[in-house]
Amino acid sequence: MTQLTSPQRPAVGLGTTRHLPSWAPYAALAVSAAFAGAVLALAGFSTAGWLVLTAVVFVVLLVAASRAVEGPRKATDRFVTSLVVGAFLLALIPLISVAWTVISNGAARFDVEFFTYSMRGIVGEGGGAAHAIAGTLIITGITTLISVPVGILTAVYLVEYGRGGVAQTITFLVDVMTGIPSIVAGLFAFALFTLILGPQARLGIMGSVALCVLMIPVVVRATEEILRLVPHELREASYALGVPKWRTIVKVVLRTSVAGIATGVTLAIARVIGETAPLLVTVGLTTAINYNPFEGRMATLPTFAWFSYAAPSLPVEASLDRAWTAALVLVILVMLFNLIARIVSRAFSPKTR
Amino acid sequence: MSKRIDVSDLNIYYGDFLAVEGVSMAIEPRSVTAFIGPSGCGKSTFLRSLNRMHEVIPGARVEGKVVMDGQDLYGSDIDPVDVRRTVGMVFQRPNPFPTMSIAENVLAGARLNSKRMRRSEADDLVESSLQGANLWNEVKDRLDRPGAGLSGGQQQRLCIARAIAVKPQVLLMDEPCSALDPISTLAIEDLIQQLKSDYTIVIVTHNMQQASRVSDMTAFFNIAGTGKPGKLIEMSDTASIFSNPSQKATEDYVSGRFG
Repeated sequence: MTQLTSPQRPAVGLGTTRHLPSWAPYAALAVSAAFAGAVLALAGFSTAGWLVLTAVVFVVLLVAASRAVEGPRKATDRFVTSLVVGAFLLALIPLISVAWTVISNGAARFDVEFFTYSMRGIVGEGGGAAHAIAGTLIITGITTLISVPVGILTAVYLVEYGRGGVAQTITFLVDVMTGIPSIVAGLFAFALFTLILGPQARLGIMGSVALCVLMIPVVVRATEEILRLVPHELREASYALGVPKWRTIVKVVLRTSVAGIATGVTLAIARVIGETAPLLVTVGLTTAINYNPFEGRMATLPTFAWFSYAAPSLPVEASLDRAWTAALVLVILVMLFNLIARIVSRAFSPKTR
Repeated sequence: MSKRIDVSDLNIYYGDFLAVEGVSMAIEPRSVTAFIGPSGCGKSTFLRSLNRMHEVIPGARVEGKVVMDGQDLYGSDIDPVDVRRTVGMVFQRPNPFPTMSIAENVLAGARLNSKRMRRSEADDLVESSLQGANLWNEVKDRLDRPGAGLSGGQQQRLCIARAIAVKPQVLLMDEPCSALDPISTLAIEDLIQQLKSDYTIVIVTHNMQQASRVSDMTAFFNIAGTGKPGKLIEMSDTASIFSNPSQKATEDYVSGRFG
């Protein structure tokens, strides 16, 4: 209030407000970096300590300067802005760190041989992950083929038809399924197929069933949210044209939300493609290419990477390189799926011009 | 092309709640019938019961009869989907399908029902429907552009074109101008005057000047209080409703003393 009644800032009307110059934050950053460096030079230097101290000094300096020149509202604004930017940088650290580690370690074996050779008969250097890439694509592909129809139809039921007890029960079960640890899903598939085929069974399809348990609830949740966003007016417009309910759902509701569903499905694929534990107990691991998900063990990228790292063959270096490259290929696969989903969204999303 | 609707003793419920009680009226073919009344008096609910659209809301049901050319629309052998093909509807807010172009929106009634149609037939239907909705000249050069890119008034006329493309007998309009500016409103009102030579038109409006401008018959609905059912107070030709109503409530409403 003292601000408002002071002669510089009249209580009524627009007073001239004073601003810090636009270079002030950068100057504050430079000053605080130098100050923190000087303090740590005396106390013993460490990069992490320097960054943290710089950030703290920067915030104190900038907010104090802003409060003196610009007033308390602007100072609060600068304080919160600093916090948000700080949180963003903090979140960026693990992302960049992971990307950098995987790329720098995986680049060594990112060659043609890695994509064309399996590990069959390979001892020592060389070899590749063609068997694991094929296995991951086949198992994830089957999982998607099963999960997407089941998930979308469940979501359609919940949004368009479900009333009362049945819908509530399904919603509850989907919520519970979302929280299932992946190893439990793996053990479920293992137990199921053991009952049918006996204890020695290791099949690609077992892995798909395990991953379905993890993927279906994600697809249901994502699709449900998207379908609820479709305006009720569009459904009414379709009904009023004499279009039956099922055609309205297929051609208006689902058609309008294709873009969102594609994004949701991609996220669900990304969720399961990196699963290791359930595949280890259901699909096992092998060194040769196996294209048949209904017969014998299959290799997958996560289990291949894990095994190469946990139980490396000699020379150890070659095994570790293969593990890193497998991780890199996995990351690239997920990025490719994301890219495809983006293109699908772009092509099918509603347009106004 | 247009049909007469006789409603007798219609009660409309949402679950256990009686929303509209005891409506009987005759809606004449090739004429415009307007429903006026304060908010919440059940005129939109009643309008939606004329093509069984209110059944879309869970728990909604009716008692009584809606007879169109001798057929009870609520008869057990009548499919609500067929009723909606015969009795078209235009909504308060323009709602073109956002994923479809202007031409596809007009053809939506046929396309969504997977009706096979030759290219020339489809083109003719698009042109005649858009002509019928007074929109052809404005959009004929950009039929493949998205329908959602048009202005509000154009979108509403696109929705009218879409409704008349399925060749209904009756056209219901639920406050079709309340989201539009005066110039677009005028365009729609002109259109209603043209359409009435082919269709039976029923329009709900909050705008009493609009009712007096466009309609031949006017029905006044009112509600006794919150939680009470809406009722039809009076129905007569538009001139007498606005100049010489027989009920006190109607006179109070049209002269602006309440509502």
